[in-house]
Amino acid sequence: MSVVDHNGIDFAPRISEADVSDYIALLKPRVMSLVIFTALVGLVLAPGHFHPVLAFTSLLCIAVGAGASGALNMALEGDIDAVMTRTANRPIPRGRITRGEAMAFGTTLAFFAVMTLGILVNWFAGALLAFTIFFYVVIYTLGLKRRTAQNIVIGGAAGSLPPVVAWVAATGSLSVEPLLLFLIIFFWTPPHFWALALFRSDDYARAGVPMLPVIAGPDATRLQILLYTIVLVAIAASPWPLGYFDWIYGVASLALGAGMLALAINVYRRRERSESLRATRKLFAFSILYLFALFATLLLEVVVRALLPSLG
Amino acid sequence: MAITMSDQRPPEDGIVLTEAQKRSRRNRSIATALALGVLVLLFFAVTLVKGPAVLNRPL
Repeated sequence: MSVVDHNGIDFAPRISEADVSDYIALLKPRVMSLVIFTALVGLVLAPGHFHPVLAFTSLLCIAVGAGASGALNMALEGDIDAVMTRTANRPIPRGRITRGEAMAFGTTLAFFAVMTLGILVNWFAGALLAFTIFFYVVIYTLGLKRRTAQNIVIGGAAGSLPPVVAWVAATGSLSVEPLLLFLIIFFWTPPHFWALALFRSDDYARAGVPMLPVIAGPDATRLQILLYTIVLVAIAASPWPLGYFDWIYGVASLALGAGMLALAINVYRRRERSESLRATRKLFAFSILYLFALFATLLLEVVVRALLPSLG
Repeated sequence: MAITMSDQRPPEDGIVLTEAQKRSRRNRSIATALALGVLVLLFFAVTLVKGPAVLNRPL
């Protein structure tokens, strides 16, 4: 039995059955893990002593800020998520959480993450975290995503900022090293997401998202992937000859870059449907490993330098 | 069956939650309490680390 007014409108309030796991899913945990890892590298590379409690606080705030961005993004993209196979199981399309609940959740987390980082660590880092969230939610999600095929190129800046925020949290200032980390993630983003978009282009087309393969076609996308990969490999290797990172990183970046480039060339050459699909999936999977391994090498280099100063 | 506003059940009945709704609400409440607890501990720990200069931070 339901309670209705004279116009037949249901007045029964909606009582949420959303569980904690639904709210965790709103945070995009897999994206969050990459954000935490790249931010950790930014923290570890930063010069000077940074108290472990403050380092933990910074990482937590950056992680929660990233989660807040994910929740706000899902709140604003419920209609797109509902028609895409990859995202149809998210909490909003499944009806577990309403758009308003996700907005409130994301806004609250964003507020606490920024304020906590500002109050406990420093306001430069807090402001940069606020800018990162703003960029992802307003510039990328609301502004670019549905309007231009360059959405993930420009929007990639938001995903590239976490190591910079971490560096600023540790030092209170900016430097060349975190900007190099920024550039590596920035130029990694297009090949990674366009590889995904190539084998999910039907999904994106159905949802009306103007990803490059939908707008310019698969061949143009393959060329763009190759060009961005060449720039990525060059930028990722540059810190070694420039003297910012040591030879361990240099060798690893060249080896990983060779793998990335070989797979991008493979994607460019394979045009037949099943072969092309296989090549694209390989590049997508390797691109995740590439970024993790590249940043892990930087961690390794710091450890080696601490244990064996003569190798530095 | 739909009924009009004037036929509503007495307000004292209120809204009766299902078991699933009660369970999820309880879980959400516990998670919220834990998150607030972590926040309090975090502020406490940083206060200890920074000492009396806790509010002296670079702008």
